[in-house]
Amino acid sequence: MEVFSLTARACRDLLGSGEASATELVDLYLDQVERVDDRVGAFLLVDREGALAQAAAVDAKPRAERLPWEGVPIALKDLLCVEGMETTCASRILKGYRPPYDATVVAKLRAAGLVLLGKLNMDEFAMGSSTENSSVQLTHNPWDLERVPGGSSGGSAACVAAAEAPWSLGSDTGGSIRQPASLCGVVGMKPTYGAVSRYGLIAFASSLDQIGPLTRDVSDAAALLDIIAGKDPMDSTSVGLPAPIALPTRTDLTGLRFGVIREFLGEACEPGVRRVFDGAVAAIHAAGGVCDELQLPSVEKGLAAYYIIAPAEASSNLARFDGVRFGHRSEGASDLIDMYSRTRSEGFGEEVKRRIMIGTYVLSSGYYDAYYTQAQKTRTLIADDFRRAFGQVDYLISPTSPTVAFRIGERTQDPLAMYLSDLCTIPANLAGLPAISIPAGLSDGLPVGLQIVGPHFSEQGLLEAAYAVEQGLGLSDLPPIAEAAR
Amino acid sequence: MISREEVEHIARLSRLRFEEDELERLQHGLSAILDYVKTLGELDLDGLEPTAHAVDLKNVLRADEPGVCLSQAAAVANGPVVEAGQFVVPRIG
Repeated sequence: MEVFSLTARACRDLLGSGEASATELVDLYLDQVERVDDRVGAFLLVDREGALAQAAAVDAKPRAERLPWEGVPIALKDLLCVEGMETTCASRILKGYRPPYDATVVAKLRAAGLVLLGKLNMDEFAMGSSTENSSVQLTHNPWDLERVPGGSSGGSAACVAAAEAPWSLGSDTGGSIRQPASLCGVVGMKPTYGAVSRYGLIAFASSLDQIGPLTRDVSDAAALLDIIAGKDPMDSTSVGLPAPIALPTRTDLTGLRFGVIREFLGEACEPGVRRVFDGAVAAIHAAGGVCDELQLPSVEKGLAAYYIIAPAEASSNLARFDGVRFGHRSEGASDLIDMYSRTRSEGFGEEVKRRIMIGTYVLSSGYYDAYYTQAQKTRTLIADDFRRAFGQVDYLISPTSPTVAFRIGERTQDPLAMYLSDLCTIPANLAGLPAISIPAGLSDGLPVGLQIVGPHFSEQGLLEAAYAVEQGLGLSDLPPIAEAAR
Repeated sequence: MISREEVEHIARLSRLRFEEDELERLQHGLSAILDYVKTLGELDLDGLEPTAHAVDLKNVLRADEPGVCLSQAAAVANGPVVEAGQFVVPRIG
């Protein structure tokens, strides 16, 4: 079995036909982790015993009694709570934390019979665009180990690109699924806000956070979204999707109009990214779709609005990490307030502290209206611009990231340069829209992603459109580590 | 540029403490970010309502019925210092 050729659907088919047992599949992926993860660094925790036990239970069941995806392995970003399994958000402050419950998405994966391989690296508390803010380790891009995998779901993207799992879950607050998917040459989807329950997702910015799939292709993204989506009484902001998601079949784009967001093709966009993007536009034309450039002037301000709203919500959400109920507690404090301050100062990394400080500042008395209210009004402006655009076109397209994967260390000294990585992805979070990144080709051997954004709850159509583009592009590139693994 | 005193004030509100050199770096770092986000001032936002939530949802209600919840033992199991099913903290003030 060639692990790099396997999608989750292929795993399902091998299990269904009896060509592979669930145990063999788990072994295959654990072997791959063994072979490559000392170089990739995607996993924070490999639950070998748990995965093999789960697989053995699947193998003990007659095939006819199994659920469709039963026995297919998956790995999770380390901010999704799994009962009894260490969950740290790659932060020192949560070291040793074993959640007493499963996140709703984890419960859904279990109900579908998926086998949990382990937990994946990320920027601490999902704050970052390169996974370099992990307090534990670096993750390396499987296409070039000297480069970042993107972030914050860097482990989730790298593990799929390096075939250490057929698919994974990540979370996306400002691009944290789509940008690493783009940089690692895999598919990543952020569903409409509310399509997937956030219960058991350790919160960063609650009005923006959404869980979604990272997969090898669009069909797997559809299948995984179908497993995890749904209204949940434990998350009152969850809505679910209007209908179950079917595997996409569309290959002809006739009758569909795509709007090219002109603002995202400016100076910040690398020429190589632009070249690959133009190729994707040509593929859309070839499949019968129409592409028109259009302007969404407000989206350029998305980044500024985001860096008020997300830190503001984070400063509130992260107040719970105080050394009382879970995780790290500083020793030798003189009183309670001193214990809070010492614990938080020792437990949080630099970027997390920076964002808590920004968030506290913009919410503090005297600045609230000047910053937070302005940002929320900008959010309205951006949502209105998108609504108008969807009156003219069916979907909006742009590069997912203005650049290919950058070198490790290249942007760590300049927070604003790092924030720019999410220029094209943030507006969809602010407006709550579903968006997908699919591989569009390579620039100097590094992957470039195409982002497609749709109206609220248009997931099925968005996946159909993405599938048609994917078929039209017909890419089959594999990262160099795939050759080395042979 | 925000002042050193402001940085220290925000740090106190945030329950964070910083070394001397960190405070200086933060003063510059935060100022650069705040200058950038201030560019929102260029937009005409008059008459727009603020958006706190991107999807139109109002007054989500549920039946007030008792359900299953964590046992006390499970709820305190992760506590760094626990005694008799309670979290122990240093003295207040």
